[in-house]
Amino acid sequence: MSAWFGKLSLDALPLHEPILVGTFIVVALLGVALLAAITRYKLWGYLWREWFTSIDHKKIGIMYMVLGLVMLLRGFADAVMMRLQQAMAFNGSEGYLPAHHYDQIFTAHGVIMIFFVAMPLVTGLMNYVVPLQIGARDVSFPFLNNFSFWMTVSGALLLMTSLFVGEFARTGWLAYPPLSELQFSPDVGVDYYIWSLQIAGVGTLLSGVNLLVTIIKMRAPGMTLMKMPVFTWTALCTNVLIVASFPILTAVLALLSLDRYVGTNFFTNDLGGNPMMYVNLIWIWGHPEVYILMLPAFGIFSEVASTFSGKRLFGYSSMVYATVVITILSYIVWLHHFFTMGSGASVNSFFGITTMIISIPTGAKIFNWLFTMYRGRIRFELPMMWTVAFMLTFVIGGMTGVLLAVPPADFVLHNSLFLVAHFHNVIIGGVLFGLFAGISYWFPKAFGFRLDPFWGKVSFWFWVVGFWVAFAPLYVLGLMGVTRRLRYFDDPSLQIWFVIAAFGAALIACGIGAFLVQVYVSARQRKALADTTGDPWEGRTLEWSTTSPPPEYNFAFTPIIHDSDAWWDMKQRGYRRPTSGFKSILMPRNTGTGFILAALSAVLGFALVWHIWWLATASFAALIVVAIRHTFNYDREFRISAEHIRSIEAAR
Amino acid sequence: MTLRRTNRRLRNHALLPAFIAISGCSSAVLDPAGDVARQQRDLLVHSTLLMLLIIVPVMALTVLFAWRYREANKKARYEPEWHHSTHLELVIWAAPLLIIICLGALTWLGTHLLDPYRPVDRLAPGKPVPHEMRPLEVEVIALDWKWLFIYPQYHVATVNELAVPVNRPISMRITASSVMNSLYIPHLAGQVYAMAGMETRLHGVLNAPGVSEGFSANYSGAGFSGMRFTFRGMSDAEFAQWVRNTDDGELTRERYLALAKPSENEPVRHFKQVDPTLYTAVLNRCVEPGTTCMDHMMAHDMTEHGTK
Amino acid sequence: MTRMLTAAEIEAVAFHDPHEHEHPAGASTMLGFWIYLMSDCLIFAVLFAMYGVLGTSYAGGPTPKTLFDLNLVAVNTTMLLLSSITYGFAMLEARRGRVPTTQLWLAVTGLFGLAFVGIELFEFHHMIAEGAGPQRSAFLSAFFTLVGTHGLHVSAGLIWLVTLMAQVGKHGLMPANYRRLNCLSLFWHFLDVIWIGVFTFVYLLSTLR
Repeated sequence: MSAWFGKLSLDALPLHEPILVGTFIVVALLGVALLAAITRYKLWGYLWREWFTSIDHKKIGIMYMVLGLVMLLRGFADAVMMRLQQAMAFNGSEGYLPAHHYDQIFTAHGVIMIFFVAMPLVTGLMNYVVPLQIGARDVSFPFLNNFSFWMTVSGALLLMTSLFVGEFARTGWLAYPPLSELQFSPDVGVDYYIWSLQIAGVGTLLSGVNLLVTIIKMRAPGMTLMKMPVFTWTALCTNVLIVASFPILTAVLALLSLDRYVGTNFFTNDLGGNPMMYVNLIWIWGHPEVYILMLPAFGIFSEVASTFSGKRLFGYSSMVYATVVITILSYIVWLHHFFTMGSGASVNSFFGITTMIISIPTGAKIFNWLFTMYRGRIRFELPMMWTVAFMLTFVIGGMTGVLLAVPPADFVLHNSLFLVAHFHNVIIGGVLFGLFAGISYWFPKAFGFRLDPFWGKVSFWFWVVGFWVAFAPLYVLGLMGVTRRLRYFDDPSLQIWFVIAAFGAALIACGIGAFLVQVYVSARQRKALADTTGDPWEGRTLEWSTTSPPPEYNFAFTPIIHDSDAWWDMKQRGYRRPTSGFKSILMPRNTGTGFILAALSAVLGFALVWHIWWLATASFAALIVVAIRHTFNYDREFRISAEHIRSIEAAR
Repeated sequence: MTLRRTNRRLRNHALLPAFIAISGCSSAVLDPAGDVARQQRDLLVHSTLLMLLIIVPVMALTVLFAWRYREANKKARYEPEWHHSTHLELVIWAAPLLIIICLGALTWLGTHLLDPYRPVDRLAPGKPVPHEMRPLEVEVIALDWKWLFIYPQYHVATVNELAVPVNRPISMRITASSVMNSLYIPHLAGQVYAMAGMETRLHGVLNAPGVSEGFSANYSGAGFSGMRFTFRGMSDAEFAQWVRNTDDGELTRERYLALAKPSENEPVRHFKQVDPTLYTAVLNRCVEPGTTCMDHMMAHDMTEHGTK
Repeated sequence: MTRMLTAAEIEAVAFHDPHEHEHPAGASTMLGFWIYLMSDCLIFAVLFAMYGVLGTSYAGGPTPKTLFDLNLVAVNTTMLLLSSITYGFAMLEARRGRVPTTQLWLAVTGLFGLAFVGIELFEFHHMIAEGAGPQRSAFLSAFFTLVGTHGLHVSAGLIWLVTLMAQVGKHGLMPANYRRLNCLSLFWHFLDVIWIGVFTFVYLLSTLR
């Protein structure tokens, strides 16, 4: 048996855990319903041809967003379970979750929210917006783009599999050794962790290379670096960070897997291993990762603040320099995540002070948004509401962050719920608010109709209020010395705070619900909410010069840029869209290879998790063969005729 | 110090939880009974105040600008092309810079003064450590999932209970048997990691008697939530009494190995004898018979290298 | 900066080029591949760092002086350096558009690469047979991983080389193939540079120390 199935047996199915069985039944029913609906309406062919195999950056961007939002529901379900457990487990009660389950939940929550919610949403927005903002027709490597997306999906899929087959890691989201070593985590949980991140990591790295090259090489003529829209600038810096930090994650996870699979001694306690090397290396990736998520959100706020204030962005160049400075500094602060390792006062103060220095360019950015609003004419549409909420929320998160960068203060607050409150304050109040601003800002561009403002506002207020109700108590608890990841508590005076926090989580749940309702309602009323101009917000950058949604070639003519607010400049100078003289356009052809390669990778990952060696060998061989076969196909482009373009442009 | 005074202090101390419940913002972290922890708290408060100098105006300006320049307010000035001002830019960069310079200086000083490796030089503000006073030495071992404290000066050891005399410096050596934990006693001083095969240090002093808690502040597996211990501050006389009251026999290497096996919510135990080499053996990962100690191994590696 | 422009100025500014050139296929490939190589370089940087930290943690086990056979490593290094030179010859021929000689030099490169991988496997086999496998100590873990990762890269390069030879055989030195040869060239020389680091840092310094 074990030759065929490795470590996999019927015991791997969590039949004894009613919560998981229930979840599985619900997921299975929904899945079957979805598949049945797709079959019923004969959508398989459409989905395969128009979406799964599509190498159009716009469609890939949208698919990334869908992935991120779906995973948000899973990650949030984990959050709700944690909040419930911690609100219940008092006075001798151990709550409703045993350690085995609870420890998986907080690990999965962190991993999912960072890797499979925030990353896809950020990558999705960059994918959609960047080529449009720089006046390009696609990214530099369209096939790679599709492949990257499906690798991310494969990673997510593998992680989701761990919910029903086997288990996930019980180590915390960074899987510190020695706890994550075979000796202390002999189950498959950490292996699921490793392989889902490795597979998704390939996708992230390649998409980083892709967008980086796109921004360097494919800008429209006239768009010098200092005329790039700020969102593109932040995307550029983010992708530099991705390329320069994800290999470190890949390497360090590979070393951990060697420890677990081969028996090497990199991070073991014995035979010369050094677990703290892992902690150092993973944070050398981990800290830039924070800015990988944060910078694009800064970019979104810059676009939104300037558009809805009806005004040029204040201090464009200082904004750009601030972004670049943050990019560089983010590499020399990693040690602040473990001042308590005992590195000595000089090392600790060095890393503490470099961390604080980051708050200078960040502070400058806040001021720049502030003075963009100054003497503006602010329209409080949804994106702008998110921006103001961000400015008020984020400064608090920034302040508590700098506080944690003071080593002696960190000694009393490290690993506490204060820390948990801090990073949720910057990730929700910064990244997520930014993503919501971005989604409501660019949604009409992507789909041709606006999102319903009423439900958007409902979602907004539930989110913002819910965030504070959920996390302010955690700040208080942290100051009372309560550590994170605890499953039950002795001190009954703490319970009230956890109950308030759980109520906050319920408010956020309403916020998420309202968002879904918003999308549904808007889709139903798409006629009324339609954007026929392509420029619903009086936009300033190039993406608003095309139709909503843009044609597959984005721009019939590659624009020439004269100003950093290129579209604003064009409008000011009475630009008129050309209606004749179209030429045919060469575009990349769709391919299913990316999907197949990623599917094979998922199989490979599963086989490696369960030590099913024959399957691992077979899927790896298949991976190589398919990849090589793909390189024998030289015919990867097709031409959109001038006729066709004329008819599309005439219909605008 | 008389017992009665101690009792009164204890009662005062016992009021603390009630105080916490009422005020909702006081706690061991914010109102500690140890000099080091108190200085760390002060640094926390001062840094916060320093940052509020800039945070509060920014938040106020955000609200003000958002309100004043709303679209409906046609009276407000509108300058769509205004996007640069060298003076403002200077202020924008200089203001956070100044705050960070102050905070950086504070950090540099605080980090060096409150370095957990640095022996304490005062018992309380204005009260230097007397020359003849020797610090209490404690060897701490984080086990799965309980704490072992060895008192080398008294040859006793305890599980899940740490008692210290007040107003006497405490010097801790910390290691772990398997996975990483973090030793955190909020009333005494901030936390430091406990790692297998490595030693960290922590120094502190407790200024008021009383009973509180210490715990692991770094997730370490299934039994982590129960990895808490009682932390007792007592007078010298009480401490001497406490040391004598240890009654659980000798902590031999065999008993240590049995103790080191994973277990949860372990009861308090007092050993009146302890193998004097135990801590060093745990640190060098050679308690188990027949294993080579890491320090020997490293010395061997060095000579191997030198001779061949 | 106000934007009050005269009608003439507005006329003068063009917002698109009606005679634009197409973005040639693969124009960004070299840059993209270069950036990928730099990210790969970071993986090696991590492995070098691991070796730097763990390189003397012998755990009472064998040390570099007893393990490394510098003569063998010298032969091995020669193989890889020669393969880099012959790849250079292949590229010179490819630039002149000569398919048969290009193929010949590629084949020679492949053989040198194969010899390199073969010698490395022999060395590994020998060490493991002596009980000095990657499990023995952190030093050996770091050694096998660093050198082995480089070896895996060379092996991947060999598969790529064979694939490219087939493609050049089939389609000749068309632009796409020439570009691919260029990418592999970068990759191959990159591995050479990494090997010089491995040779110096792992073999020479460890035995001389």
